[in-house]
Amino acid sequence: MCGIAGLFLKDRKLEGDLGAMLAGMLSPLNDRGPDSAGFAVYGAEMPGHLKFTLRVPQLFDVEPLLKGLREAVGAPLAHRHHDTHIVASIPADREAPARRALQAFPEVTIVGCGRRMEIFKEVGRPDDVSRRFGLKRMTGTHAIGHTRMATESAVTTNGAHPFTTDEDQCLVHNGSLSNHNAVRRELIKQGLSFQTENDTEVAAGFITAKLRGGCSLRQAMESSLGSLDGFYTFVIGTKAGFGVLRDPIACKPAVMAETEQLVAFGTEYRALVDLPRIESAKVWEPAPAIVYQWELH
Amino acid sequence: MLAVDLAHSSVRELNATLHRLAPGGNETHWRVLNPRGQHAVAVGIEQPVLVEIEGHVGYYCGGMNKLATVIVSGNAGQGVAENMMSGKVWVKGDASQAAGATGCGGLLVIDGNASARCGISMKGIDIVVKGSVGHLSAFMAQAGNLVVLEDAGEALGDSIYEAQLYVRGKVHGLGADCIEKPLEEAHKANLRRLLDAAGVNGSVDVGEFRRYGSARKLYHFHVDNIGNY
Repeated sequence: MCGIAGLFLKDRKLEGDLGAMLAGMLSPLNDRGPDSAGFAVYGAEMPGHLKFTLRVPQLFDVEPLLKGLREAVGAPLAHRHHDTHIVASIPADREAPARRALQAFPEVTIVGCGRRMEIFKEVGRPDDVSRRFGLKRMTGTHAIGHTRMATESAVTTNGAHPFTTDEDQCLVHNGSLSNHNAVRRELIKQGLSFQTENDTEVAAGFITAKLRGGCSLRQAMESSLGSLDGFYTFVIGTKAGFGVLRDPIACKPAVMAETEQLVAFGTEYRALVDLPRIESAKVWEPAPAIVYQWELH
Repeated sequence: MLAVDLAHSSVRELNATLHRLAPGGNETHWRVLNPRGQHAVAVGIEQPVLVEIEGHVGYYCGGMNKLATVIVSGNAGQGVAENMMSGKVWVKGDASQAAGATGCGGLLVIDGNASARCGISMKGIDIVVKGSVGHLSAFMAQAGNLVVLEDAGEALGDSIYEAQLYVRGKVHGLGADCIEKPLEEAHKANLRRLLDAAGVNGSVDVGEFRRYGSARKLYHFHVDNIGNY
C-alpha cells in the first residue's frame, strides 16, 4: 500500500493554494497509509539563508535551543513553529556553527535542510498530521506528500517519508527495495551517510550521489533503473525539479494529471479529484521505467 | 431513467440497490454521477440493466458483472470488469492494470489504452481494446479472446493456455510459450464478430491483425523435463 501525492505548479497564481491542494490530495490516501505521513514543501527562499527543519520532542522547551542557534549565527533568528517541527532560517555562511550548536541538543533531529525545502513528518493518521503542521496554509511551487503503511522498517517518525539526503532534495516511495543493503554499503563507501535502516533512504541517497556526480535529475532517475532492484514508484523533489519514476513492471499504482496550471501525481485518481480544472485535465497512467520530469523556469 | 449521485449516496448504497433488482423489473436504466475515482462502483449486478457512469472510476468497476451493461464515460482504475461472467462493460477512456482479470464471459470494450496485465488469467471473457495494452497482457490466459487494435507491450501471452490473441499493431515481445499462429478464415470471422460487438465499424480490416496463442509446450507435462522435478 502507501499513498503518494505530488504537485508541481506551472501557474504561479496557484502558489498560495499549494498546501491546501496537497492536504486535499493526501486526505483520500489516508486508507492507503494510516501509520504515518509526511510532506515536503518548496516554498519561498530567503536570499543567503538555509532553512533547517528541526523536530523536537513534545513539550520540549525550545528556548535554550533557539538561544543556542542565535548565538551560533550571531544574529536574530527567523523561525516558525509547526507542532513538533521548527523551521529556522540560518545564514548560509553560518551553517557550520549552527550544526555545531545543534549537537548540544541530542533530542533534536534535523529533518531536512535547503534553500527552499521544508519537510514535516510524523506518526499518525495523515489528516491529523496535515492538520497539526498546518499544511493547508503552506505556500510554494511544488510539494510531495506520502501516507505510509510500513513494510520494510518500523513505524517511527524517522521511517516516515519524505526522505532527504541532501539540501533541497527529497524522495517518497511506494514499494520496497530488495537490494538496499548492498546499495547502502556502496554509497557509504562513496561518502554518504544514512540516518535509518530504511530502503527508501537508500533510494534518496542514490539520487544524491548521482546528482553530486554531475547527473541531471533525469539522468539520476534513469540510472536508478539499473541499480535499484525491487518495487517502486518514486516521486522526487529538488529545488527546481519534480520527477516521477515507476519500476519496469509497474508494480505500484500511479495516476498523473496535467493542466495548463499544474502537474499532479496521485497513487489513485481519488487523490486528484478536487484539483482545479481536473475535469478537462490530461489524465494518464505513467508508463513503467519511463522518467517523467518537470523543471521550474 | 434513475440516477444515483455518489456525492450524496455511498457506493455501498448504490451497489445494494442494484443487487436488489428483481428479474423483469422496470428499473432498467441507471445513471451514476460523481464517481470521483471511488472503488467497486456497480459491481456484482445480476440483472440485464444499463448503468451509465459519468466520470472516472477507481478499482474493480463492473466486477463480477452478470447480464448488465456498464458504461464508464471516463477512465477506469485497476481490475475493471474483473471476473465478469456475462454482459458488457464499456470504458470510454483508458483502463489501468489488470482490466478484465479472470473474466469468465461477457464483453469488455476499452476505447482508449489498457495498461499492464490486461486480460490476466482470462477464462472466457472477450476483451476489445481500441488502443494499446501494456506488458504481460493475457498472462496465463485460459479462454476467450483479446483483441488489440494498436500495440501490445512486452511478454504478451506469457504462459498462455487456450485464449486467442489478436493484435493489429506492434507486439513488443511474446511471453513464454506464446507464438504467432496463422490467421485463417474462421479467425477472421471471429474477429469481425468481436469488432462488430465492440462497435468498431467495417473500416478496420480484419486481415491486418496477427493471431497469437499457445505453443502448448509449457502446460502439458513433458517427459523430457522429468529431471527438473
